[in-house]
Amino acid sequence: MSAVDIHSTHGVGHDAHLDHDHEHEHHDNFITKYIFSTDHKMIAKQYLISGIFWAIIGIGLSSIFRLQLGFQDIKLTWLKPILGEWILDSGKIDPNFYLALVTMHGTIMVFFVLTAGLSGTFSNFLIPLQIGARDMASGFMNMLSYWFFFVASVIMFVSLFLETGPASGGWVIYPPLSALPQAMPGSGMGMNLWLISMALFIVSQLLGGINYITTVINLRTRGMSFSRLPLTIWAFFLTAIIGLLSFPVLMSAALLLIFDRWFGTSFYLSEIYIGGEALPNVGGSPILFQHLFWFLGHPEVYIVLLPALGITSEIIATNARKPIFGYRAMIGSMMAITVLSFVVWAHHMFVSGLNPFLGSIFMFLTLIIAVPSAVKAFNYITTLWKGNIVFTPAMLFSIGLVSFFISGGLTGIALGNSAIDIQLHDTYFVVAHFHLVMGAASAFGLLAGVYHWFPKFFGRMLDEKLGYIHFWFTFVGIYLVFFPMHYIGIAGFPRRYYSFTGFQVFNKYMDLNHFISAAAILTGIAQFIFLFNFFYSMFKGRRAPQNPWRSNTLEWTAPIHPGHGNWVGEIPSVYRWPYDYSKPGASEDFIPQNVPLSATPESNLPHEQGLIGDEIEDMETGVVFDKKEEINAPTVKDHKLPKGSAGADQNIRNIGGDPEKL
Amino acid sequence: MMNILLGIGAILIGVILFMIFRVGTLISVVRGSHHKRAGTSNKVNAALLLVFLVLGTIGAVWSSYSAADDFLPAPVSVHGEQIDTLFWVTMGILCAVFFATHVLLFYFPFKYQFKEGNRAAFYPDNNKLEVIWTIVPAIVLTLLVLSGWKVWRDITADAPQEAEVIEIVGQQFNWWVRYPGKVDKELGAYNFRMIDASNAVGIDLSDEKSFDDFMGPSGELRVPVGKPVLLKIRARDVLHSVYMPHFRLKMDAVPGMPTRFWFTPTKTTAQMRQETNNPDFNYELACTEVCGRGHFSMRLIVVVEEQADYVKWYNTQKPWLASTREDNLQKVPANLREKALQIIGAGDNPSAAVTPVQEPTTEAPVNPAVVKTSTSAQ
Repeated sequence: MSAVDIHSTHGVGHDAHLDHDHEHEHHDNFITKYIFSTDHKMIAKQYLISGIFWAIIGIGLSSIFRLQLGFQDIKLTWLKPILGEWILDSGKIDPNFYLALVTMHGTIMVFFVLTAGLSGTFSNFLIPLQIGARDMASGFMNMLSYWFFFVASVIMFVSLFLETGPASGGWVIYPPLSALPQAMPGSGMGMNLWLISMALFIVSQLLGGINYITTVINLRTRGMSFSRLPLTIWAFFLTAIIGLLSFPVLMSAALLLIFDRWFGTSFYLSEIYIGGEALPNVGGSPILFQHLFWFLGHPEVYIVLLPALGITSEIIATNARKPIFGYRAMIGSMMAITVLSFVVWAHHMFVSGLNPFLGSIFMFLTLIIAVPSAVKAFNYITTLWKGNIVFTPAMLFSIGLVSFFISGGLTGIALGNSAIDIQLHDTYFVVAHFHLVMGAASAFGLLAGVYHWFPKFFGRMLDEKLGYIHFWFTFVGIYLVFFPMHYIGIAGFPRRYYSFTGFQVFNKYMDLNHFISAAAILTGIAQFIFLFNFFYSMFKGRRAPQNPWRSNTLEWTAPIHPGHGNWVGEIPSVYRWPYDYSKPGASEDFIPQNVPLSATPESNLPHEQGLIGDEIEDMETGVVFDKKEEINAPTVKDHKLPKGSAGADQNIRNIGGDPEKL
Repeated sequence: MMNILLGIGAILIGVILFMIFRVGTLISVVRGSHHKRAGTSNKVNAALLLVFLVLGTIGAVWSSYSAADDFLPAPVSVHGEQIDTLFWVTMGILCAVFFATHVLLFYFPFKYQFKEGNRAAFYPDNNKLEVIWTIVPAIVLTLLVLSGWKVWRDITADAPQEAEVIEIVGQQFNWWVRYPGKVDKELGAYNFRMIDASNAVGIDLSDEKSFDDFMGPSGELRVPVGKPVLLKIRARDVLHSVYMPHFRLKMDAVPGMPTRFWFTPTKTTAQMRQETNNPDFNYELACTEVCGRGHFSMRLIVVVEEQADYVKWYNTQKPWLASTREDNLQKVPANLREKALQIIGAGDNPSAAVTPVQEPTTEAPVNPAVVKTSTSAQ
């Protein structure tokens, strides 16, 4: 039962409500509170913890293959207790297992960490809290979304322990390699489990995405027009739209592959002679799979990146104590990215045998998408200009994100040029490019989000000093790993190579590969600082104040430990955009969204002064003041304030009647 | 024993770190530093961002300078030089933008770090600025696209008529090379159902054009210098990708969908050996589409010869059918058999023919590490 249902049945007045919420918490048992929870905040935490679990596995896998790449002669016999037969008697990693490692690293990091861990955590957590809703539109679907993800996770995890190994054909699982069990051991049961897991994962994403979209459209509190939404919400909203439109295409790609594997169809298979026999399949096309895969695969980049950019926008504005520069341009560029992300997929296929004319078209479209990305980067930098910047760990991670976004984005311009891509395609240049722009940038978005909203998650603060140490190790470490990787790429080293010594042209840069491996493993180890900080502070951290970052958005008006339903009593109304930081004339350097314009005559801009009249009328009647806005019907009752009470008072009551704490 | 000691050591270090952390926290509680909006840490972090900018710039310049010797292997194809120019022009622009934006990105936080009593500027938008930094990147990108498109169009244009046609076929984990024979100078048809131990690329013996085709020597692709070469690319089992780093050439090999790429080599292997002072220098061909266990070992040596040498070599090659006549002659349809015999020379001694094609093995590893392994991909 979702929070919204509660209102329609008990929405007689806020007092009844208060009691109900109160009792509701007491009636939760362990299973409904922590496991099969329908509370968006608990589901967000479940996603976050799962994401952290997967990140540990994903980074762990990369450490193993970096050992192989950096230290060709290393004896890994000591890993035998864990990896068993995958470590050969010579002490080296089995080449098949090497491919399994890179495949699972990619799959886990892209889908399970940066899609589920990032969108799953922050869309769930922040959408209701920042738009002023009691919960997601459907709490039940939201719960289902997590549990589909959980089952997908279990299946993917089990596949790691198969005797024939997990899927190994690269995270892009191009057929025929992935379609034919005789082509490699990983294409046997490992591939089956990969496909089943991903199918469930897609179901989970769709259930989540529909919920995010519906919630943003329908459950915004009074006054929270689209032009007042925090950029985080805009980002989550557009991300959910991208996911909703593109994940089904991956589903169809996976289904057709399942058909080819299990039922003898020939969607992707044609004219194949393998294992001493000619297969009967004719007429299929491996290129079809690539089109279908990248129709998701490219938008997927933005599915992991946009939420991180949204989080960054919010954190940079808050900690620079400045309005985000070009709020509308930021929304516009995200919309442009959303649309364009669907028409650039074939730039992954310039040398796949694609018609060169199509290659030209996709080169044009690809380089167009660099324009809105550039606008975003410039806007971030301008937001810092003339700020009054507080370096919280979250702020540092956000600045780091912008740096990675620029570095990785720029090399994308070289790769998007089909002529240059002939040389760079499938080399380490590509690896460096996407690890910076999509991997590191999104991971920094995730970390920044955790540092920033940890007080809201757990009511306690993360340790700042540890946060700084974590940031500097990680930020410097990531550059040490991926900056030199460009050199290896420019020299032409291909991806997914177990060893380079067999080739004269690649038999160099040994020192550079040592260096990268050492840096990668040290950066991985530095993440334990974060893990300690996270779990220690969850229980022992300093107690969080009401609004630790002096932020404008609505989540900080909810109680420090919000119950299911988020606000005690009425949901606050919204009277302004979320970026009134350092407004001239205001006594403080921030004015939360729920402070009415009538309460701040000293800082209102001329056109805002004119809006005050609407507001007062609004207060008395309880009617939506902007008729164009769509406000969700069930919660309108919540907005009926007692006559004479101002929104500001309302806010104070919500946090326990202590105006000092505001 | 050693392991236990190491374990105890690790635990001790962990405990010590934890104690340091606790003491630090207590000190900060006593000092009440978390009540301040921004303390010493803020200044330290602001300064570190600037330090990172300076050290990062030095590191980036120094490291790329010292690694530059091995950047882009010397281009030895006509289009390769164009791609390199395009690459370096693009990289120049990108580096300029990279440094400019990063100077601002790290300098602003330092300059505008929190100061008690200071107030940030309320500067929410500026349409003129937005327009400028929308249009300027758009123009730069348009120029890059147009120059790239021109090169791309030339590279992907149809091969010239006189191009030397060579077929290259990928399989797990080696390459096969087939040349059109000297009689008709045309590659014969192929059929994947005809692949067997002696017919690695599925040469279709019902097509008379295939009678004079010959297979290149194992592990080698031989091409003439200064003449367009058209590679017809196929795969037998899974995706592979033909990648010749020196020639700036890459094209996937797709089962069921032949692809192609043409190029004009500009330097012979001998010339390169002289220029690099390395008598063992060879051009190489690698696979760049993951294809299984031996992906990293699908190596082929590319031999670029003077045209005269190439023609001489070409003319001495015996048709594949001649060297495998015992297995394959009876597969030629009866009505064409006479023609086949005529082309391959009825009296030729099979043993005098070219190196017989390799038995298609499940793996043909180059790296010694693979030879030792026991588990097979098959």
